[in-house]
Amino acid sequence: MFYREAGDFKTSYSDDSQTFPIRFDRWRYYGVLAIAFGVIPFLINDYWANAVFVPFLIYAIAAIGLNILTGYCGQVSLGTGGFMAVGAYACYKLMTAFPEVSILIHVLLAGGVTAGVGVLFGLPSLRIKGFYLAVATLAAQFFLVWLFNKVPWFYNYSASGQISAPERTILGHAVTGANTTAASKYLFCLVIVFALAWLARNLTRGSVGRKWMAIRDMDIAAEIIGVNPLTTKLSAFAVSSFYIGVAGALFFSVYLGAVEVGEAFGIQKSFLVLFMIIIGGLGSIFGAFAGAAFLVLLPVLLKNILVGQLGWATDLAAHIELMIVGGLIVAFLIAEPHGLAQLWRLAKEKLRLWPFPH
Amino acid sequence: MKKTLTALALALATATPALAELVVPNLSYRTGPYAPGGIPYADGFNDYFTLLNERDGGIGGEKVAVPECETAYNTEKGVECYEATKGTGALVYNPLSTGITYQLIPKAVADGIPLYTPGYGRTSAANGKVFEWVFNYPANYWDAASVAITYLLDQNGGSLEGKKIALVYHNSAYGKEPIRTLSELAKKHGYEFVEVPVDHPGQEQKSQWLQIRRDKPDYVLMWGWGVMNAVAVQEAANIRFPMENFIGVWWSGSENDVIPAGDGANGYKSLAMHGTGSDYPVYADLKKYVHDAGKASGAGDQVGSVLYSRGMYAAMVISEAIRKAQEIHGTAAVNAAQVRDGFEALEITEARMAELGLPDFGQPFAASCADHGGPGAGLIQQWDASAKKWSLITGFIAPDDAVLTPLVMEDSAAFAAENKIAERCN
Repeated sequence: MFYREAGDFKTSYSDDSQTFPIRFDRWRYYGVLAIAFGVIPFLINDYWANAVFVPFLIYAIAAIGLNILTGYCGQVSLGTGGFMAVGAYACYKLMTAFPEVSILIHVLLAGGVTAGVGVLFGLPSLRIKGFYLAVATLAAQFFLVWLFNKVPWFYNYSASGQISAPERTILGHAVTGANTTAASKYLFCLVIVFALAWLARNLTRGSVGRKWMAIRDMDIAAEIIGVNPLTTKLSAFAVSSFYIGVAGALFFSVYLGAVEVGEAFGIQKSFLVLFMIIIGGLGSIFGAFAGAAFLVLLPVLLKNILVGQLGWATDLAAHIELMIVGGLIVAFLIAEPHGLAQLWRLAKEKLRLWPFPH
Repeated sequence: MKKTLTALALALATATPALAELVVPNLSYRTGPYAPGGIPYADGFNDYFTLLNERDGGIGGEKVAVPECETAYNTEKGVECYEATKGTGALVYNPLSTGITYQLIPKAVADGIPLYTPGYGRTSAANGKVFEWVFNYPANYWDAASVAITYLLDQNGGSLEGKKIALVYHNSAYGKEPIRTLSELAKKHGYEFVEVPVDHPGQEQKSQWLQIRRDKPDYVLMWGWGVMNAVAVQEAANIRFPMENFIGVWWSGSENDVIPAGDGANGYKSLAMHGTGSDYPVYADLKKYVHDAGKASGAGDQVGSVLYSRGMYAAMVISEAIRKAQEIHGTAAVNAAQVRDGFEALEITEARMAELGLPDFGQPFAASCADHGGPGAGLIQQWDASAKKWSLITGFIAPDDAVLTPLVMEDSAAFAAENKIAERCN
């Protein structure tokens, strides 16, 4: 009834190719933005920022990054944790070496450094595919974590091997360090997420994204129709690593404030982000958000229900929580192998016909 | 949809338990690879506060609430736990994780909540001039490293010249802490120092022990935690490394670490910072008011173990600090800033420990504005596999402060410069 193309007249080419062709979708999108930018910053407190929103936003960036590589370009990667570590350590080195430069620039530069490292580890993808590539990226994961543990230069020779983020400000508001308010933490991440998600959405709609998808669907056919596998695969690695590097930099500087590489960026982080995009839906920006929300919020929610509301013992709740999350993942993959994004797509298809389905 | 969303939002928001007068959150871990250490510690911590509530009606007439939050030794969950509990009027945090401590130091300073990290955490927090809100008495990692070397010096007639000492350590902030001290001491005493890192979680140590078998160090020190300890003791037994030359830090010296290796673990030594076993008078009260009353934390099967004793010790020091704060400020319902004052003015004497039913349990110490680290002495205990018992084989050994003090000053000065902190207490 209200969710349909009919009656929404497009009078220019740019209208015709807009991201959300349906008016209701556009309004919903503007509504989400208005709430995210205009309402939440005024209501947010430390708990909501540090336990819910900031991790959700940062994991969403990482998930978009991995989704570009795995979901759009079809290159399986298990090196996400390692690339996040590159972003974090690059950000730390830049922050401490150039304290007068804005943290925003450092975060983006950290993404750039990670993009370079990603391209380097992406080179084998020209020769090896599928599971073999996954193993090669796994090697990157272990190598990078080992490197940041082994070479004291990366952690400025601190006694403990920890890196900790000093206070940095933007427009007079602290965004890293302990005196950061919940709202500035949240807004800083939100602005970056918004810009990067917008960029990713438009990249994947354009020629770059179409090349990635052509390689994903069948690389030989793509090569025959004129897609250069070298530049395409490496650009996917570069863009994906840039996103993951930014996520790593934010994860370290804004979210945790102090990290040690083995604990924060271990192999389990790679799997976590991979689960996010599988559950959310491969090859979908919305899916990256949905998957991140699912895996960040669900454990917190379950913990608060089981321990906070029902008063269970913490260890019992932690074990049950693992079982519930695991069970839900399996159930989801059986019921909807294409992830939460596919559920959303189906819901939209149904909405178009509602209330008169044939 | 909207209804479920609202319900979900409500459930997310209501993370906070009911308000009590004195809140001491217990950021514990009863799951994951570090649970062998986390469970007994959390039980001891909870049980001691239950005892105070049941026997004395709390501290100074105020009941103590100990909301527990599972961190799984994971920093992200640790942050979530900290944020979830700090709004409840938390008075002090004791996260039992060096990683989470590093994380919480700046946050706790900003929020004005003291951190108490006995025997772990950031060593240089011993310098109260820089770390106003952090307390790590009675002893810290660098003390432990120095005590171990002093003990070995004693064993070798005062010289370690030409000896080779290996450090098997958890490859994290925790395990790396003693390296600087041990290499400084190596310069002073002329032993060769070898680093052998073990990655999280430490279940796989074949290559490390192969290296030890090849290098043949005279002594092996260990900074391990969780399952890593038991695996290391087993591997050492497998390569027939002489157990009496294998010394763990106080976090690598609990029953759970040595029992799996059976007789092979016999003679293994570890540091200790307090007594252990159930021979202290406080256990009669614990049995009467807590265990027999069915109010024990966890399964109630950890009583008297090393880490149970340590959790109880931490709870005892915290409760004494709260008592001190009540005394200083003349109010029973103290807040976090007042408890900080209590920590800073705290003095634990032998007479006070005896009064509390823990005679000769720990070393007496007195904190001051500048000294948040205590005397730092340690004991050496040895495992008797046939009796399944740790026995103390030395008295308190003092650390080499001539080496440690400059290191503490250097590290805390670096922190002060990084965070633009002016020195206090001058």
